Amino acid sequence: MLTFLSDHLDAFASGAVITLQYTALSCLFGAVLALPIALMRLSPKAAVFWPATIYVLFFRGTPLLAQIFLIYYGSGQFRPTLEAVGLWQFFREPWFCAVLTLSLNTAAYSSEIFRGALQAVPRGEVEAAMALGMSALQRLRFILFPRALAAAWPAYTNEVVYQLQATSLVSIITVMDITGVARVIASRNFAFYEAFVTAAAFYLAIVYLVILLARRVERRLHAHLAAADANGSRKIRA
Amino acid sequence: MRTTVSLILGTLLLAIPASAQELPNPLRIATEGAYAPFNYLDDEGKVQGFEIDLARAMCDEIGANCEFAVQDWDGIIPGLLAQKYDAIIASLYITDERRERITFSDKYYQVPARFVVPKASTLEISREAMQGKVVGTQRATSFERFMRDEMAGIDLRVYATMEEAYLDLQSGRVDAIMADVVAASEGFLKTPEGEGFEFRGPEYTGAKWFGYGAGVGVRKEDAHIADAFSDAIAKVRADGTYQKISEKWFGFDVYGE
Repeated sequence: MLTFLSDHLDAFASGAVITLQYTALSCLFGAVLALPIALMRLSPKAAVFWPATIYVLFFRGTPLLAQIFLIYYGSGQFRPTLEAVGLWQFFREPWFCAVLTLSLNTAAYSSEIFRGALQAVPRGEVEAAMALGMSALQRLRFILFPRALAAAWPAYTNEVVYQLQATSLVSIITVMDITGVARVIASRNFAFYEAFVTAAAFYLAIVYLVILLARRVERRLHAHLAAADANGSRKIRA
Repeated sequence: MRTTVSLILGTLLLAIPASAQELPNPLRIATEGAYAPFNYLDDEGKVQGFEIDLARAMCDEIGANCEFAVQDWDGIIPGLLAQKYDAIIASLYITDERRERITFSDKYYQVPARFVVPKASTLEISREAMQGKVVGTQRATSFERFMRDEMAGIDLRVYATMEEAYLDLQSGRVDAIMADVVAASEGFLKTPEGEGFEFRGPEYTGAKWFGYGAGVGVRKEDAHIADAFSDAIAKVRADGTYQKISEKWFGFDVYGE
């Protein structure tokens, strides 16, 4: 096992970099996309509500594996069309198809987390903001978003962890992430056990780091509560 | 004392061949089901192909009750070692690396490997000319080993099945693929999708990467199963059954030298 590790650590490390990149990029794009989708899902207007709802239904209702195949091999069938609009140079790259699918997928899940969190903000606080004469945008900016973010954070951390593990599927479209590296090394050396135990250890370490980071952020988001618990009276006076 | 020992030894010696020679019933055979025309799944999801017909003929020959299991390629040797089935008949080439883990029957066919490129492409087949080019092939195959060892500097993409590599050759994501000449010719070039593509460069046969032909793979402790298949291969070749099956699928004898 030790010689196995020293022989292949470089390969696994380069796989880990890819896994981290794909997770970070897709979570970033996914979150940016999720916010408008969540707001659309809260809209009373059918023309706004339904497109977002169908989007979420599709990406939550079909397996990610199928989505990756669909976007990667499906786009290959439409090469002339994609070339005509100048998009083929992106779709021909496995990394682009992988990040695109992962982003669209996590956007659907994240938007549901955000929607739930926005709905969980107490009516009274929104009404108080209205009574103070805040505009709709001000209410979003100062009341709804900060409150929803704090409420959504633990669930969103979970989504990031799931997303990190979901990136292991991109090895089916030739991406050499941690799982892709493990598969190649396993079959080359017939070291299936060693390769996948190593891969699991890498995922575990990264997930643990993500959770540690998320905890720190969570503590900051809930700073007002933590401080009140510790020495409430002084905090209130301040 | 000595008589007891020799009695025990004698009993063991008598007992081992009798029980060890017995073939499992049913004899479970794993195939990939994605390597037309050697083995593939038809529209009803049943296994078909040259190797399936040949396996059935060999099973008749050795009187085994054979069942087929479909297994993804890169898990096919682990599955054998994990006792999920008893033999692999899936164009698994006999190589020295694989021999360290499993035992093989004699070979039952052997064809060279070759690159396939678009007819319009000007790509020259050599390590120097292909630097930075993208080449696709199937993961955990002799082709992958060859590319990594002998063709360093080429952007190698590995796929779970050869069918996916054909798809990416069609879409232009890869500049060339490497496959065995019969699978590439029958499974791709002669199909409507394969129009516009052709073989290029030399045929590769070096035993170091491409081994000694396809054999039936079994666990090391099951050498008697491999032996039974070796006998069966010799018999179906001698009585013409093999040639008939090969003629049906390829129009020629695929056994090789």
